[in-house]
Amino acid sequence: MLTVCDLTVSVGPETSPVDIVAGVSFGLAKGEILGLVGESGCGKSMTSLAVMGLLPQPGPRVRAGRVLLEGCDVTQLQPWQRVEAGHGRMAMIFQEPMTSLNPVRRIGDQIAEAVRVHEGISGAAALVRARELLELVRMPDPKMQLSAYPHQLSGGQRQRVMIAIALACRPQVLVADEPTTALDVTIQVQILGLLRELCNRLDMAILFITHDMGVIAQLADRVAVMYAGRIVETASVGALFGAPRHHYTRGLMDCMPSRNSGARRLPTISGQPPLPGTVAAGCVFALRCAAVRDECRVAPPPRLEASQGHEVLCAFPLAGGGLP
Amino acid sequence: MWSYAFKRAGTTAVTLLAASIIIFAFIHIVPGDPIYVLLGDTATPDQIDALRHQLGLDQPIILQYLTWAGHVLEGDLGRSIFFQAPVLSVIADGAETSILLATMTMIWVAVIGVPIGMIAAVRHGTWLDQGLSGGAMLMASIPTFWVGLYLILIFAAWLGWFPSSGYPSIFEGGVVNLRYLVLPSLALAAPNAALILRLTRASMLDVSREDYVRTARAKGIRPWQVVRRHIWRNALLAVVSAFGFTFAALLSEAVVTETVFALPGIGRLVVQSILRRDYPVIQGVILVIVVVYLLINLIVDLSYRLLDPRVELQ
Repeated sequence: MLTVCDLTVSVGPETSPVDIVAGVSFGLAKGEILGLVGESGCGKSMTSLAVMGLLPQPGPRVRAGRVLLEGCDVTQLQPWQRVEAGHGRMAMIFQEPMTSLNPVRRIGDQIAEAVRVHEGISGAAALVRARELLELVRMPDPKMQLSAYPHQLSGGQRQRVMIAIALACRPQVLVADEPTTALDVTIQVQILGLLRELCNRLDMAILFITHDMGVIAQLADRVAVMYAGRIVETASVGALFGAPRHHYTRGLMDCMPSRNSGARRLPTISGQPPLPGTVAAGCVFALRCAAVRDECRVAPPPRLEASQGHEVLCAFPLAGGGLP
Repeated sequence: MWSYAFKRAGTTAVTLLAASIIIFAFIHIVPGDPIYVLLGDTATPDQIDALRHQLGLDQPIILQYLTWAGHVLEGDLGRSIFFQAPVLSVIADGAETSILLATMTMIWVAVIGVPIGMIAAVRHGTWLDQGLSGGAMLMASIPTFWVGLYLILIFAAWLGWFPSSGYPSIFEGGVVNLRYLVLPSLALAAPNAALILRLTRASMLDVSREDYVRTARAKGIRPWQVVRRHIWRNALLAVVSAFGFTFAALLSEAVVTETVFALPGIGRLVVQSILRRDYPVIQGVILVIVVVYLLINLIVDLSYRLLDPRVELQ
């Protein structure tokens, strides 16, 4: 459905670009939820914006790589150009539902606007479809909400409206950039449930960006772990949580609080991710890796296939066989 | 709505009271005496005392204020010492020129400043934007009297398209007399349009970085529709209040332009009345200007309500 090959996003001058996303590749199958996880600044949001063609301008740009939507090249295309080219069936929802809707326009209007672009219908028909979309995202009292303004809605309701707008193009791929991070935990559970349900019902693939391993475990089918602009490990959720192979993934999991961790201090990964542009030869995680060897600092690590569908970017991955 | 109107009226009354006291006090602190202006150097002390008594200027200042305030409440702004005419009619004569001049200027500002500001914002970072913004900076820096003199030189003296000075009332000569206001309004519009241009541009750029503009782009609508439906109206909010204050300022502060074009406007009336120590006119004009500012403030607030559903009138 969606294939991303060797995507590289850079900032700075053409002559000496700094890569903030460096050669990211992943695939997304029909009806699949891929979790893209990583800490702040690892490039996961930039990856999602580059895939959508929404990189802020002027600013970062796609320097290399390709984005294929159903086999068609949509690299560098902004959403309206994609719609023109007939590849409009990809949509995005964002982290901040509070600021992602236009404060001076009615909800129905904002959904109908997206409907008009993709369905080629106008006026009243678009509003009818907007109401159907609100019903689809389980909005309470959809008819009333059509004429409401964003400030009259709660955060969870606004995120439902955002999802309704995204669904207007009948997307095959939905890019969700931390859609629940700004919400209360109870609302978060509802929205995650809704996304799972829509994914199944509409046979839609979701690229779900988050920094929360717990959300990944709950929602995703497969996981890609990102660090310093690179995907360092890809696996199914079961395989990854059962036996992480990359030292960084393992570190992230050790940092998760669990019910029986009691009052003991949570472990941390010491140090900070390297700043973009300061990455030397060798592995990007070498500076913080507990199991670093001399070779890691010299040569970039190979991409190994630890088992079927489980890839790791490490010369000396952790052994399989589960967490101790 | 009604409670809002009531509260608003209350604060307006308090502001007016404070303003009137300040105006009155300041005018009487300034040295000088209207009696000498009226009677000249040759007046005898008896004549001076008689006239002073006749005008009520021998009363204690607090009593003078209360008398004046009492008359104002009855709708009587008093008589001009210099013109020997009711203050209200003196102000009305100047107000015609000032209101028409300010309105015409604001039309130029709106049709020049706002669209060009939008173009500069949409093309921001290009040579076009830099040219327009730089040109605006230049226009904002040139003094109005200089622009005015060159407009007179080119369009009145050389081309003879417009009259160079004066303004006969449209109530006497008909609407064609508006041609007297074309050059002065253009001179006044130059710096104001430049400021509105830069404000529109900055405001549009601010809004275009908002999350909801990214949402609009993600929908797949064309770039100019993103501008028209999502950026423009939100950017207008900042421009509307600037419009209000520019208009109010033009009504009362166009003194230099009025002087260059010999227009009988409010700005010149204030300055000349101050020189003549014509107390009733100064007090009257400033009171009217305060009322105008308060009214324009109210209109700006009401238009916010129309443009932004989040604004509640409370």
